[in-house]
Amino acid sequence: MADAPRRGRLTIFLGYAAGSGKTYQMLEEAQQLKSKGVDVVIGYFEPHGRKDTIAKAEGLEMMPRRKLEYRGAVFEDMDTEAILRRKPQVCVVDEFAHTNVPGSERTKRWEDVMVLLDAGIDVYTNMNIQHLESLNDQILRITGVRVRETTPDWVLKQADEVVMVDVTPRALLNRLARGVVYAPEKADQALRNFFRESNLAALREIALRQIAHEVNLRQTRIPGLPNHEALSPPTEPQATSSERILVQVTPHASTAALLRRARRVADYLHADCLAAYVRESRSGSARREEQDAVNRHLNFARNLHIDARILEGTDPAKALVAFARANGVTQIFVARPRYTRMNRLLREHLIHRIVRLAPDMQIIIVAT
Amino acid sequence: MTDRRPDPEQLLRQVEWEEALRGRATLKVFLGYASGAGKSFRMLDEGRRRKERGEDVVIAAVQSKLSVNVRQMLERFEVIPPLRFDSAEAIDVSAVLRRCPQVCLVDELAHTNPPESRNRQRWQDVEEILKAGISVLTAVNLHHIQEYKEVVQQITGKEVCDTVPKGFLLRAEEIVVVDIPPEQILERLGQLEERERLVMERRLSELREMALLLAAEVVDHQLESYLQAHGAAAPLVAHEKILVCVTPRSNAHTMIASGLRNAQRFHGELIVIYVRQPGLNPEAQAAIESHLAFAREVGARIVILEDPDPIGAILRFARAHGITQIFIGHSLRRNWRTRIVGDPVDRLIRQAEGIDIRIFPH
Repeated sequence: MADAPRRGRLTIFLGYAAGSGKTYQMLEEAQQLKSKGVDVVIGYFEPHGRKDTIAKAEGLEMMPRRKLEYRGAVFEDMDTEAILRRKPQVCVVDEFAHTNVPGSERTKRWEDVMVLLDAGIDVYTNMNIQHLESLNDQILRITGVRVRETTPDWVLKQADEVVMVDVTPRALLNRLARGVVYAPEKADQALRNFFRESNLAALREIALRQIAHEVNLRQTRIPGLPNHEALSPPTEPQATSSERILVQVTPHASTAALLRRARRVADYLHADCLAAYVRESRSGSARREEQDAVNRHLNFARNLHIDARILEGTDPAKALVAFARANGVTQIFVARPRYTRMNRLLREHLIHRIVRLAPDMQIIIVAT
Repeated sequence: MTDRRPDPEQLLRQVEWEEALRGRATLKVFLGYASGAGKSFRMLDEGRRRKERGEDVVIAAVQSKLSVNVRQMLERFEVIPPLRFDSAEAIDVSAVLRRCPQVCLVDELAHTNPPESRNRQRWQDVEEILKAGISVLTAVNLHHIQEYKEVVQQITGKEVCDTVPKGFLLRAEEIVVVDIPPEQILERLGQLEERERLVMERRLSELREMALLLAAEVVDHQLESYLQAHGAAAPLVAHEKILVCVTPRSNAHTMIASGLRNAQRFHGELIVIYVRQPGLNPEAQAAIESHLAFAREVGARIVILEDPDPIGAILRFARAHGITQIFIGHSLRRNWRTRIVGDPVDRLIRQAEGIDIRIFPH
């Protein structure tokens, strides 16, 4: 009887901006593996016309790409089936956060990577910190850019190893100015927006802290070996944390940011995360757009691996707190009220009521 | 923010900052978390690239144990021979200053010089070289940072002798963390028994976490001085800063403990703020003193302000310092005052744009 294949190991090279050298370092590792006799192929590689990177790929077996037609244009993408047939020990896959061409079997490249891992293939891949879902609002605040292509945090948690690809902002700006990263006309624009030195420094600090967090999460407890708490408390895996977070879902657009923030706090506190929408039974048929918005938010929550429910009740604060209490919730996350006159009264009222009804819990009003 | 007119003093600071950067020699540090991470290689590789771009690069100090990779790289450079004493070697600082290159490569920054040398420590040699206007690329291991000495000794069980003060790294213009998966370092150690391997992995992982956080701290330091020099209106928030507001009546113990846990988990900062209330009775005074004593005990930074408008003072402080979360108590009792002038917590929520508010009922 054949055993199910061992799941492949996932290594993610994490950078903080385009041009930080993620692909280069990943290919460097692949070359070293090859020199040790490991069977390694390149599953997908995006050269972006960078000479150094292209040279690094030389001598490595490159899997042909798959051609897909979409709206009259031909797109090239990773050929996952071909890689499965070739079945290497290690496969190198560029741009983990990439969105596949519509009509592909899977929407995101990271889903293809999961398929490779399931088949027992080790994968080396890379992404930038700004693609991490829970950082989306923080990245917007820093850079003024809303990143559209995101990867849920739990996907990053699947990695066996996350490695920081570090370079100083100045070196990055130099590369940009010399046209190594982008073609000159594009570089000019990039320099003005995303790549201001202070932005880069902030993104870099976030990436360093994220990786420190990832490293901490993966530390195993060893019986008889003390944990060193001088810099970071020991992690408590498998929900030994007593904290439980509940997020209030509403039709309002701020719910997305609220969910992202709660997800992030839950991950850092090792807390469970729940979300709930209170459908007011007396209000009858809610407006169609509101229904759609709520469904979108509930789906989004589930994508972030947040357990999302619909509650019925005539009084949102009461229903929410009752649900919280029944589920051992310790922290309730709500969005900051928008201060239109009407809304303000309603929302403030809601926050006060929750505080009053749940004196045993913490209420967090998130700056969305 | 962008159309804000900078005041002359700010402009001056910015000009000074840029001039200082242009003319001054710079220090760039490659930080690793264990030997074998490839710091020296990265340093030499950068030296090579600079040389190819036409900079005048020399080597003043190399490691004693060299990998083949590194030895091959060394052949491309001009080396200023070190001074040799009975016990050890030291950089020939006078020779470096006489040669006066643009860039000087110095490996093993934490090296202790033999007693006959002009400086006790190699990092002091580097300081001299920098002062002479020569830029330095250097490599150092986390083990050797003075402030981490004890923790590292606890983790590795080995005595650390040679150290560099953290302040020296904080003043570096650039720092790069050389990060590789710990398994690659383990591979080099050869066959290990299972438990031994696990223990080693755990140790490497702890050192790695520390190195990443140290680099984050250095980057944050640079970011702050950059923003100050450029007169940015609001700080860019790259890590969590938690502000716990205490009053005599607040449930301060719970709030500070929760703030501490959050700060630790996020590797952020904890600040406890008290806006002085006039005319406290002795009991309330004692309560506030005990709150602040507890804050001090857990290592929080303490800020005490005098302001007739406590919420306004807290908001101003929070905005100026890039606070990401404000922890505040909320009384369940409604008194005549809140009914007339409005609830202070409401005002905080309304005005604290971009900051999370965490309410602790009391």
